[in-house]
Amino acid sequence: MSNEAAIMEAPELQSEPRRIEDATAVQEPAAKRDEPMMMDEEQEGKGHTVGDITAADPVISVRNCNVHYDDTCALKNINLDIGRGEVIALIGPSGCGKSTFLRCLNRMNDTIDSARITGTFNLYGEDIYAAETDVVLLRARVGMVFQKPNPFPKSIYENVAYGPRIHGLATSRAEMDDIVYGSLERAGLLDELKSRMDDRGTSLSGGQQQRLCIARTIAVNPEVILMDEPCSSLDPIATAKIEDLIDELSRNYAIAIITHSMHQAARVSRRTAYFHLGRLIEVDATDKIFTNPGHRLTEDYVTGRFG
Amino acid sequence: MQISTLILLLAAVLIAVFWLGRDKAIRCAGGIGSVRKLHSLPGYYGYYTAIWCGIPGLILIGLWFMAGDVLILQQITSQLPEHLRQLPGPELSLVVNDIKNMAAGQFINPARIGELSDAAEQYTNLQDASRWILAWSMLAVVCLGFGWAWSRLSPGFRARNRVERVMKTGLILASTLAVFTSVGILFSVVIEAFRFFQKVPVADFLFGLNWSPQTAIRPDQVGSSGSFGAIPLLFGTLLISGIAMLVAVPLGLMIAIYLSEYASRKVRSWVKPLVEVLAGIPTVVYGYFAALTVAPLLRNFGESLGWSVASESALGAGLVMGVMIIPFVSSLSDDVIHAVPQSLRDGSYGLGATRSETVKRVVLPAALPGIVSAVLLAVSRAIGETMIVVMAAGLAANLTINPLEAVTTVTVQIVTLLVGDQEFDSTKTLAAFALGLVLFVVTLILNVIALRVVRRYREQYE
Repeated sequence: MSNEAAIMEAPELQSEPRRIEDATAVQEPAAKRDEPMMMDEEQEGKGHTVGDITAADPVISVRNCNVHYDDTCALKNINLDIGRGEVIALIGPSGCGKSTFLRCLNRMNDTIDSARITGTFNLYGEDIYAAETDVVLLRARVGMVFQKPNPFPKSIYENVAYGPRIHGLATSRAEMDDIVYGSLERAGLLDELKSRMDDRGTSLSGGQQQRLCIARTIAVNPEVILMDEPCSSLDPIATAKIEDLIDELSRNYAIAIITHSMHQAARVSRRTAYFHLGRLIEVDATDKIFTNPGHRLTEDYVTGRFG
Repeated sequence: MQISTLILLLAAVLIAVFWLGRDKAIRCAGGIGSVRKLHSLPGYYGYYTAIWCGIPGLILIGLWFMAGDVLILQQITSQLPEHLRQLPGPELSLVVNDIKNMAAGQFINPARIGELSDAAEQYTNLQDASRWILAWSMLAVVCLGFGWAWSRLSPGFRARNRVERVMKTGLILASTLAVFTSVGILFSVVIEAFRFFQKVPVADFLFGLNWSPQTAIRPDQVGSSGSFGAIPLLFGTLLISGIAMLVAVPLGLMIAIYLSEYASRKVRSWVKPLVEVLAGIPTVVYGYFAALTVAPLLRNFGESLGWSVASESALGAGLVMGVMIIPFVSSLSDDVIHAVPQSLRDGSYGLGATRSETVKRVVLPAALPGIVSAVLLAVSRAIGETMIVVMAAGLAANLTINPLEAVTTVTVQIVTLLVGDQEFDSTKTLAAFALGLVLFVVTLILNVIALRVVRRYREQYE
């Protein structure tokens, strides 16, 4: 019933949410957008994000992003820019939609049948979800590092060479060697692994595996790197190494990192975005978020007073 | 008192005893409210009591089944008339059978009716008596067990640990039963095969190129002495299995890849069971499908090309067998491919790989050991398959690699060797056991390899 109602209302809406998976049910949240009073009363901001969502030199810019899994709404009206050369930390309690948001940026949600995504997602002004966008090229430009290290059960060399190989980035063995060794070098792994290139990627320690996954990602030379809790299964020493690496990489790449560690967010990021129950509550400079947050929910979360 | 009544009674007693034991435990603890004072849950005390009654009772029944009848028959034969007692073993056992039949009132041997009617009557009486003895001794045993268990029940008694130990022993017994069965089968096959190798040298059997097991049935009959070279049979088996695998492996793998990587959940839930139906079709049905449908098709097709195709060809049997084996490969591979962690696929997609690149370069290599073992299991199934080959591939033991000719396999020859009137110790019959042993060894080796591969695969992920 509500779907039909939403379709009837659709022509009156000012924006045109893009329909990706399902043609019938996507406009409902858009309809809600005009009625901020319907939102949870506890949310003081009435759904408007506090702080500055824009970046000076945006690589990715997202507007009016809504995501549904079947009947549940995972993200409501998210607007956010990710700027060139910046590290943005996405924080928030579990299930708040951080990962969903991140996975929208390189269309990893395409592999989930029940996900329906609306809104505009631009990468350097090009629409990520446009029909003519090639997912393969998109994912080469927007790389991803996952929560659990997931090296392929191949040799270390082959793990890094995988991406360049499927995208045809190297024409000769020597070129491939350059890419592989260069990526491992940038991931700070080359010295450790130089003599073990034929060992299996799965035989490394957890921290090395995760850095191998980062090397694998940067081997295809992406413009953006998305990291979904890359340190959650690592010990403090391996975490420190990854954080140094993120620092290093941020000179060349735009990086979005999800983390549950406030300290990590404070250490590595320039901006921080706080998600709560599918809404983007606040975005601002990391210093400001952690010292003088503009929203009560953000303050509760960063001070650990949550719940 | 019938044995079945006795067993039912025992079951009823056990249930009663369980509640008695449980009840006593609760009372010892001081009511249902203070059950926590007990070491174990009250039910365990009940089980403990029931075990002490039930297991001795069951052992007694088992002993009675094994020894009771033997003892009675000994008693009876010792009282038979002198001329019957002096009969040689086999004839004596015929007499004993007559007594049994008479006692059961089924068939009465008219020649012996006078001599044996006393014995038959005595047999009935003794059987009756033995059942009563069993019943009373069971009562005694159950009471003793109950008394022992009852005397030990106290709040601090560790009933749970003891019951668990009995459970564990039961499980171990169940698994040893399976092991002993296969050891027993192997043992019997090995002994018969050994007798065969006393008549035909091992080397002749394993490396001989000629198989024609026709031997004279009677001493006065004119007939060949037979030649038992297993090579044509092994070769035929390999040829047909090979054709079957050529069909089953690519098709099965493609089905598995489609089901696990491409199909939506709905399609998968329909297609997978449908494919598995193939495994449920009786092999006889496949057999006449091969003989009556596929073989004529192949022959006509071959003739139109100017080839001569035997009406019972290895190709026809192999093709149909391949279809039969498809679900083995597809189902097992599908499970294995499904078990490849989603994180690996995510990693590959995240780097911009397409679905087919992900399948070819990440999923299949990761699943390869499991797929190999699935294929090996399918091979051992193909080698052991009989019915299709009997009906579609013929009996001619040709040593050929031409799939259009008739060949025969180890299993088919075992069937033909054992069908027909032959003495059980003739070379021809014994050859079947030697072939069985060969088959057993080959499939065993394949299974061991498959298990090894699976184990290595398991070590790789968690």
